[in-house]
Amino acid sequence: MSLESMLVVAAVLFAIGLYGALARSNVIAVLMSIEIMFNAVNLTVVAFSRYVAPLALRQEIGSVLTGQVFAIFIITVAAAEIALGLGIVFAMYRHTESVSLTEANQLRH
Amino acid sequence: MVAEPLVWAIFLLPLLSFLLISLVIRPLLNRFAAVSGYLLIASLAVSLLLSVIVLLRLAQGADSSYAPHTWIDLGDAAIELGILLDPVTAIMLLVVSGVSLLVQIYSLGYMRGDPSIARYFAYMSLFTASMLGLVLSANIVQLYAFWELVGLSSYLLIGFWHDRPSAAAAAKKAFIVTRIGDVGFLLAIIYLFFHAGEFAAAGLNPLHIPDIWQAAQPLASGGAVLKGTALTLVCLGIFAGAAGKSGQFPLHSWLPDAMEGPTPVSALIHAATMVAAGVFLVARFFPLFQEAREAMMVVALVGGFTAFAAATLGLVMDDIKRVMAYSTISQLGYMMAALGLGAFGPALFHLFTHAFFKALLFLGAGSVNHASGTFNMRYMGGLRTHMPWTYVLLLVGGLSLVGIAPLSGFWSKDEIITAAWLGEGPVDPWVARTALALLVGAALLTAFYTFRMVFLTFHGEFRGGGAQELADAEASGRPQPTAVSSEAHLAESPGVMVAPMLALAVGAMLAGYVANPQWVKSLLGIPAHWFSYFVESAVLYGHRETPPFNWAVAGISTAVALAGILLAYLLYARVRNAGPVPAASAEAGGEDSEASGHGHAHAPPAPQQADPLERGGVVYTLLSRKYFVDELYEGLLVKRVFYRYFAGITDWLDRSLVDGIVDFTGWTTRQFGRLAVQLQTGQVQFYGAVIVLGAVLILVGYIAFGTRLGG
Repeated sequence: MSLESMLVVAAVLFAIGLYGALARSNVIAVLMSIEIMFNAVNLTVVAFSRYVAPLALRQEIGSVLTGQVFAIFIITVAAAEIALGLGIVFAMYRHTESVSLTEANQLRH
Repeated sequence: MVAEPLVWAIFLLPLLSFLLISLVIRPLLNRFAAVSGYLLIASLAVSLLLSVIVLLRLAQGADSSYAPHTWIDLGDAAIELGILLDPVTAIMLLVVSGVSLLVQIYSLGYMRGDPSIARYFAYMSLFTASMLGLVLSANIVQLYAFWELVGLSSYLLIGFWHDRPSAAAAAKKAFIVTRIGDVGFLLAIIYLFFHAGEFAAAGLNPLHIPDIWQAAQPLASGGAVLKGTALTLVCLGIFAGAAGKSGQFPLHSWLPDAMEGPTPVSALIHAATMVAAGVFLVARFFPLFQEAREAMMVVALVGGFTAFAAATLGLVMDDIKRVMAYSTISQLGYMMAALGLGAFGPALFHLFTHAFFKALLFLGAGSVNHASGTFNMRYMGGLRTHMPWTYVLLLVGGLSLVGIAPLSGFWSKDEIITAAWLGEGPVDPWVARTALALLVGAALLTAFYTFRMVFLTFHGEFRGGGAQELADAEASGRPQPTAVSSEAHLAESPGVMVAPMLALAVGAMLAGYVANPQWVKSLLGIPAHWFSYFVESAVLYGHRETPPFNWAVAGISTAVALAGILLAYLLYARVRNAGPVPAASAEAGGEDSEASGHGHAHAPPAPQQADPLERGGVVYTLLSRKYFVDELYEGLLVKRVFYRYFAGITDWLDRSLVDGIVDFTGWTTRQFGRLAVQLQTGQVQFYGAVIVLGAVLILVGYIAFGTRLGG
C-alpha cells in the first residue's frame, strides 16, 4: 500500500462527504456526510504519520504515533459533535416537525 | 506716583463686587439680595476716592508710567496687561466711578422691590468694572476684551426685563448693531498684528497703545511705520468700532431701543459707560487720527451729521426717554465732530459735562416715570406742582444740555463750536464750515426738543399717566403698551432718588468751571483753560492751543438756544394753556372720563391734544418713523439682502453641499447593504458552498501564484 493510494481513497471519501453535506437536505444525512469527511481526514493524518514522519525521528524513538493521536482526538470530537448535533436536530424537529435543512432558515432574520 | 495696586483697585473693586454678588449672594444668600446694592455702592465709593486721588496726583504732575505685565508673548507682538494712566484716563475714571456711584444710589430707590435686584446689581458691577478696565487698558487687545465686556454687560442690562419681548429684542439689537462696528475695530487690530515685523524693526510692540501712537509719527530717518492708506484704514476701523458703541450714524439705531432697560441703566449707558467708550476710543487713538487727515474728515462729518440728524428725530418722539436717547446721540455727534476737527480738549470736556447733565436728565425721567407710571409724554403734563424737586432739577439739566450761559453745557459746547468756527484743525475748511452749520443747527433743535419735553411733562394739566394710557390702548384695541404701570401716585420721588439727582445737578452747574474758560487768569486756583491743557497733555505729539473764549460764538449759540426755547414755548406751553379744546379732542375727552373709572382716583385727566408738529405732514411722518432707518435695516438689509442673498446662499450650500456629502455617504452604505443582504439566505448549505468555493479559490491561487509570492 502506498501513500498515494491512501490519499486517493481519502480524497474520494472527502469529496463524497462534501457533496452530501452541501447537497442533501435531510439534517441526519448531512451529519452522516460530515462524519465521512472526518474519517477522510483521519485517514490522511494516519497515512502521513505512517509514511512521511521523519526517518531520523522514527529510528530514534522506534515509532511515531502523532497522527494516530490526532485521529483519536478527531474521533472524540466527532462523537461529541454528533451528540450535540443530534440534540439540535431533535429540538428542531419538535419545533418545526421537519428535519429539512432548506426549511431551517430562521436564523437569517 | 500712585502705587500700581491702588490704580488696579479702582477696576478690581467693582469686579470683586460682581464676583461676590453673582457667586455668593445670588446663589446662596438671595434673602439678603438688598445687600448687593450697598456692596456695589461701597466698592464704587472707594473707587471714586481712588480716582480722585489719581486725578489730583496727575494734575500735580506725578509720574504715571507703569511697566506692563506680559500676558502672552507672540514673538514680535506681545499681549500685555497694563495700566495706561494719562489725563484722559484719569478724567474718565472720575466720570465713570462718580456717575456710576450716583446711579447706584438712585437704583436703590428705583429698583426697590424688584425680585431680581441681586442680578441687577451684579450686571451693574460688571458694567462699571468693564468700563473702568477699558479706560485703564494699555494694550489694544486688553482694551478690546474690556470693550466687548462693556458690550456684553450692556446687552444683559438692556434685556434685564427679559420676559418682555421688546426688551429682549432691544438687547439683541444693541448687541448686533454694535458688533457690526466692532468688526472694523477688530480688523484694525488684526492689521496691526500682521505688521508686527515692521513695528518690531522700529523697536515697537504693535499691540501696546503708546507704541501705536509712536508708530504713526514720522521717524527721524523719514517716514512713519504706520502711514498713508494703511493708517487711514486703521483709523477708520477704529472709528467704526467707536461709531457702533457711540451710536453714530449709521449705527445709531440701537441706542433709542436700548431704552427698554431700567432707567438707571439708560442713565449709566448714556452718561458714563457704553456710549462714552466710543468717544474715548477715538480720543485714545487721537495721535493716529491726527496723522490721517481723511479719517479726521470722516469723523468730523459723521459726527456733525449725527448731531443734526439725531436732533431732528428728538423733535417728534413721544417717549421722554427716547427724546433723551436722540439727544445723547446728538451730543455724542458733537464730541465726535470736535475730535474730527482736532479739538481734542473740548471733545473730552463735553464728554465730562455731558456725563453730569445727561445722567441727571435720565434719572429725572425715571423719577417722572415713578410718579406717572409711563414714559409717554402725551400722558404726562402738569407734574410741576406734584414734584417740584424733579422739575427744578430736570430744568437745570435741560438748560445745561441746551447750553445756557452759566451752566456747564454752555462752556463745553461753546468750545466745540468755537473750534468749528475757527476751523484750525487738520481738516479742510469746507469740512469745518459744514460741521459748524450742522452743529449750530443741532443747537437750535436741541433747545427746542428739550423744552418741548419740559413743557409736555411739567406744564399744562395732567393727562392721566399710565392708567390713562392703558385705558386708551384698551379702548382703541391697540396692544397693551409695555413698561406702563397703572399705579400712578402723583408725588415726589423718595429722597434716595432725589439726592443723587441733586448731586448731579450741582455737577451740571459747576462742572464747566474746572475748565475755567473765561477771561479770568485764575478761578479758585484753577488756571484758565485748565481742563483742556490738562487733557491735551495726553496727546504727546503736537497738540493745539485751546482757542480763547469767543464772544461772537457765545452770542450766536446763546441766541440760537434761546430761539429754540421760545419756539417750544410758543408751540407747547402758551397754546396749550390758553387755547380752547379742539372738537376732536373733546370727543376723546368723553371717552376719557368714561375710561377714567378704571381705578385711578385723581381728577379727570386733561384731554389729549394733537402735537403741533403733526401739521408738518410728510416731514413729521419722516421724523416720527426715524427716517425709516429701522425699516431700511429690517426690511431691506436684513429681510431682502441678508435673508435672500447671504442666508439664501449659505442655505443652498448647506442643503446641497454639506448635507449632500452626508446624504451621499449614507446612500452609498445603504445601497451596499442592500446588495449584501441578498447573500444572507439563511441556507446553511449555501454558506458552506461559498466557504468551499473560497477555499478552492485560495488553493488554486496558491498553486498558480504560490512560487511568485515566495511560498
